[in-house]
Amino acid sequence: MANAAIDANAATHDHAHDHHDHKGPWTRIFTTTNHKDIGSMYLWFAFLMFFVGGAMALALRAELFRPGLQWMQPELFNSLTTVHALVMIFGAVMPAFVGFANWLVPMQIGAADMAFPRLNNWSFWIMIPAAILLMASFFVPGGAAASGWTLYPPLVTQGGIGTDMTILAIHLLGASSIMGSINIITTILNLRAPGMTLMKMPLFCWTWLITAYLLIATMPVLAGAVTMLLTDRHFGTSFFNAAGGGDPTMFMHIFWFFGHPEVYILILPAFGIVSQIIPAFARKPLFGYASMVYATASIAILSFIVWGHHMFTVGMPAAGQLFFMFATMLIAVPTGVKIFNWISTMWRGSLTFETPMLFCIGFLCMFTLGGFSGLVLSIVAIDITLHNTYYVVAHFHYVLFPGAIWGLTAGVYFWLPKFTGKMYNETLGKWHFWISAIAFNITFFPQHFLGLAGMPRRIPDYAMQYAEWNQISTVGAFLLGFSQLIFLYNVVTTIRSGEKAKEKQWEGADSLEWTHLPSPVPYHTFETAPVLK
Amino acid sequence: MQKMRNSPLRTILSTGGALLFAILTLPALASYDVNIPAPATPVASQIYGLHMYILWICAVIFVIVFGAMFYSIFKFRKSKGATPDVNFHESTLIEIIWTIIPFVILIAIAVPATRTVLDMKDTSNPDMTIKVTGYQWGWRYDYSADDVGFYSSLSTPWSQIGQPGIEASEKQGNDYLLEVDNPLVVPVGKRIRLLVTSSDVIHGWYVPQLGINQYGIPGFIKDVWFKAEKVGTFRGQCSQICGKLHGYMPIVVIVKSEADYAKWIAEAKAKWSSKPVIAMPAAAPAEDLSKKFTMAELKAQGEKVYAANCVACHQATGKGMPPAFPSLAGSKVVLAAAEQQLNVLLSGRPNTAMQSFAQLSNTDLAAVTTYTKNSFGNSTGTLVQPADIKAARK
Amino acid sequence: MSTATGGYYFAPPSKWPVVGSTALFFFASGLILWMNQIQPWGNASLLVGFSILVYMLVGWFSVVIRESEGGMYNKQVDTSYRWSMSWFIFSEVMFFAAFFGALYYARAFSVPWLGDVDNALIWQGYDAKWPTAGPYLDKDPAYSFAIMGAWGIPLLNTALLLSSGATVTWAHHALKAGHRGQLVLGLFLTVALGFTFLGFQIYEYAHAYSDLNLKLTSGVFGSTFFMLTGFHGFHVTLGAVMLTVILFRCMKGHFTPDHHFGFEAVAWYWHFVDVVWLGLFLFVYVLV
Ligand code: HEA
Ligand code: HEA
Ligand code: CUA
Ligand SMILES: [Cu+2]
Repeated sequence: MANAAIDANAATHDHAHDHHDHKGPWTRIFTTTNHKDIGSMYLWFAFLMFFVGGAMALALRAELFRPGLQWMQPELFNSLTTVHALVMIFGAVMPAFVGFANWLVPMQIGAADMAFPRLNNWSFWIMIPAAILLMASFFVPGGAAASGWTLYPPLVTQGGIGTDMTILAIHLLGASSIMGSINIITTILNLRAPGMTLMKMPLFCWTWLITAYLLIATMPVLAGAVTMLLTDRHFGTSFFNAAGGGDPTMFMHIFWFFGHPEVYILILPAFGIVSQIIPAFARKPLFGYASMVYATASIAILSFIVWGHHMFTVGMPAAGQLFFMFATMLIAVPTGVKIFNWISTMWRGSLTFETPMLFCIGFLCMFTLGGFSGLVLSIVAIDITLHNTYYVVAHFHYVLFPGAIWGLTAGVYFWLPKFTGKMYNETLGKWHFWISAIAFNITFFPQHFLGLAGMPRRIPDYAMQYAEWNQISTVGAFLLGFSQLIFLYNVVTTIRSGEKAKEKQWEGADSLEWTHLPSPVPYHTFETAPVLK
Repeated sequence: MQKMRNSPLRTILSTGGALLFAILTLPALASYDVNIPAPATPVASQIYGLHMYILWICAVIFVIVFGAMFYSIFKFRKSKGATPDVNFHESTLIEIIWTIIPFVILIAIAVPATRTVLDMKDTSNPDMTIKVTGYQWGWRYDYSADDVGFYSSLSTPWSQIGQPGIEASEKQGNDYLLEVDNPLVVPVGKRIRLLVTSSDVIHGWYVPQLGINQYGIPGFIKDVWFKAEKVGTFRGQCSQICGKLHGYMPIVVIVKSEADYAKWIAEAKAKWSSKPVIAMPAAAPAEDLSKKFTMAELKAQGEKVYAANCVACHQATGKGMPPAFPSLAGSKVVLAAAEQQLNVLLSGRPNTAMQSFAQLSNTDLAAVTTYTKNSFGNSTGTLVQPADIKAARK
Repeated sequence: MSTATGGYYFAPPSKWPVVGSTALFFFASGLILWMNQIQPWGNASLLVGFSILVYMLVGWFSVVIRESEGGMYNKQVDTSYRWSMSWFIFSEVMFFAAFFGALYYARAFSVPWLGDVDNALIWQGYDAKWPTAGPYLDKDPAYSFAIMGAWGIPLLNTALLLSSGATVTWAHHALKAGHRGQLVLGLFLTVALGFTFLGFQIYEYAHAYSDLNLKLTSGVFGSTFFMLTGFHGFHVTLGAVMLTVILFRCMKGHFTPDHHFGFEAVAWYWHFVDVVWLGLFLFVYVLV
């Protein structure tokens, strides 16, 4: 797969000073230091992982189609739940964002490449051992980690070797993220073309600058947390063991100190992508650029003091619950500002509705719904009845799928013409949008009802009154899966045989890759910094 | 725009809409619960009210915000000849306004929300206190004042649940997965304080209608309270993933009138004295400790008990899943004198998956001990009789 | 292509990243196998991983050094390295923050809670005083331990590290002033002090295990004590090794008064390790 995209942009570049890519494609994939190659590798890896994670999700939905055990033992179900989450978060969404950062950040700030090309390539290749460990863990005695992606002790302590493989995989993925983030921050801070001031930067670069900061601040904390799990499991430490003076709750605190910023890591770059696309199709500048930057920053800062909202049921003192509740509610304000700015960008614009724009509009509506359910959950008392029910599952899929995944999908349709020089099939794109929009809601809207009615999450089997909504949800899930196959087909055929794209495919697009570079972008860009007025 | 005519939009909206309609109008007999079940305590009612309140606020905001969006979608489309107003892209005033308004709304939400939290957390002067202990996979309830304690676990037969590949041989009942052998029983209208904890991993004692969802954390006691306002049966489930049978450890609370409760507690005292920690499964026949079983009898019975309680971890082969679940085949403890193994069976191994199996009957424990000592290639020839177990308990 | 905009150096294709990932794969797998006593595969895999790792580090760094000495790094590249090193150290700070957080949580919350009235139901008569091995282990004499006094070796170690911080700064000034002799001497002293620190640390651990019965398994006190000091010791080791490399480079005449970030990076790292130690000395040794 990977070669396809790479060759798509390699095809056109002048071979004059490219001694390396006369070697075989594999040598190139292994050794490349070109941000476009690495970007494509990240994107294809993420795409693959999305399908693997999706396949696991479909397995979960199949088991949940009706009450009783039909397809798998409970342990396997728990493992699938756990790995589905880890694969989607660490394998699909985060690498996909880094892939876009690799492609776009240098072009948008007028740099020739990332600040550390070799390190860049390493950040990608570290993910591979991690992915291997994670997948292999299904086939060892005891199976893959089955404690939920939150890995709470003491349940993880009971896990077998598969749990250790998961933990080590997380260490590796963390290292990869940290290196990638350092690279991106350095590139943005130090490689901007003359005249490209921070406040002139496209919003995508801004959101990634802030995301990278979040990653560097929280990934090491996660590494610390899982390291403590490892020593509790194998070296007799008592961090999370009351008998030795520790406390399982301590793990939750450390984990969620990472975990909540993590969920914004999963959405901020999508905010960035949307902020690039909506102005392009409204044919007018983004509304309130400055306030968008400040809003993103405040979301990031607030995200460090709200983690307790995942722990309202551990029995923390009322003062703690109230603090975390208020802090969490506050995040609605900057997020709201962003929503309002996007809508005002469309206001008095001249709108057209090509596929990327459709996905952005879908993003606006559905993400906001997810945000609302988040707000409902942030109310301590309500969270008591909804914690660890399908309401939570509904909440985070609303922010993650139409949020992160649709943001990415919009990005793919938007930049594919620029990356590959080929135009995708608009009609197929629209089909993809409408089917997944409907399928998504069929899948996850009923889960709100299930949660309100009290159906716990992470269970392979359920009481009779939950049967109907679960059936509907499963039907939706398979339809959703089908719509993703349309996506795959559309992307591949575009690269293979799409018709030629214009240099400025979208008349409203105004960032450097559209205004200064041909489609497809040459293998090497901005070797001499662009001139900015 | 004519481009839209042959576009999927129409096709989808019609077919997709029809599909959605078809699905939503499934058999009338189907129960489509869409909201929090009827509250049975003051706190639960407050929660219910809060949720409806916030739901409406969000609905209104949604309508306004996306009303604006869809207005612009229809008003400002290029196909309708809309021209971009490129100067409309900044306004500090507007930004300030839409920062302040949501903030105000949030305060309107925060005030009642805070009140409920304070109520919820006030566990002072209860009328009675019950200790709730989660274990893999069931619950134990100890009525501290009355010196009564018993185990409560799933009573739905596996024949209704089925196995991967094997269809459930029996039709699933109404309370499928929501029924237990020994429910928790409390008097109506009393402030009841629960001390929630766990003996192995984290569990969640979750009964929506009582407005309670509290982790049981091994080694720690966390307290919550409730005051049921009406008699009735309230069902819930373990809310925190706790391993293989997390989905199979329901909670049933029966709220009885003063009188009925008094009757119940009297019987309970007779049936379950909380020390020594033994709980006969409700259905278990009164066992006669003098009886001496033969190896065959014990092994036959033991195999059943093993399949019901041990096989999940130690596997049918007895080889377990090291390192998490040690092998019984050739295990030092199993081959050693009966006392050692009984000690583990009765008190469990602290901080491991090996819980105490004291709740099993003497006969069952005798049988399973004998079985393990003489299976999986172990051949100690040792016979363990119910009387030995009785002796070992204490 | 290898040079571009304003002569910013962009590395050409390189095999080292993939070599590095291979190393990490074997290393991680080895660790997993070893922890689950699956031998000899565990040790074998660890060994393979470790050797490839060393091979990669040597290979990759010698490339970087060659490029640097070849004058391919202009001011802008230098700035990139400064940014990245700062952010890397920030990530290290957050890693230690997790463990300091654990220590704080245990002392401020979990241990006091375990001793409160409610928990008396489970932990009869546990007097929750720091240091502790926890309510269960405290009852077991096999776990009773004595704590490491702050004013013996730890104080000495503090002095060692602080002075090593001074010597490395001295070396830096010498480098900028072009006094090679002082530079090498200063660095040598720094390395020497660093390894002496490690020596004492090892001795202290031996002492803790044999005389004080203070072990990694001594409840939450032992856990936090050894994990914090252990990870710090590990970082000191890395720092000392890196300093040694720099020392040899200086003796080979590398670096110039205005171009020597390799040196500074390691110096920064050394100061970071130094500061972490001050935190340890205060919260792990003094305030028990
Ligand atoms: C992309 C990821 C993402 C995002 C962006 C969010 C956003 C938010 N989340 Fe979510 N969340 C998750 C991913 C995410 N979450 C995940 C994965 C979990 C589960 C983890 C696990 O247990 O496995 C979770 C769980 C979770 C919980 C714990 C539930 C439980 O376990 O009991 C809570 C509780 O407070 C919560 C709250 C919020 C809030 C308040 C926001 C806010 O940021 C939302 C803000 C947005 C809006 C409010 C909408 C737009 C605003 C306006 C239109 C302005 C006007 C609005 C008002 C004035 C109300 N989330
Ligand atoms: C970005 C994150 C992300 C994404 C995109 C998804 C996507 C999906 N998730 Fe995920 N999910 C999580 C993050 C995510 N999830 C997290 C964090 C949890 C919590 C885990 C925990 O409790 O610990 C969770 C848990 C979770 C549950 C609850 C499990 C449980 O509690 O036991 C369910 C159940 O319905 C579910 C379903 C789905 C479905 C149907 C999709 C669909 O959107 C997927 C659609 C995509 C596809 C289906 C891909 C296409 C695949 C095919 C067409 C199949 C053929 C493929 C091959 C040939 C390989 N998810
Ligand atoms: Cu007990 Cu889940
Ligand atoms: Cu959160």
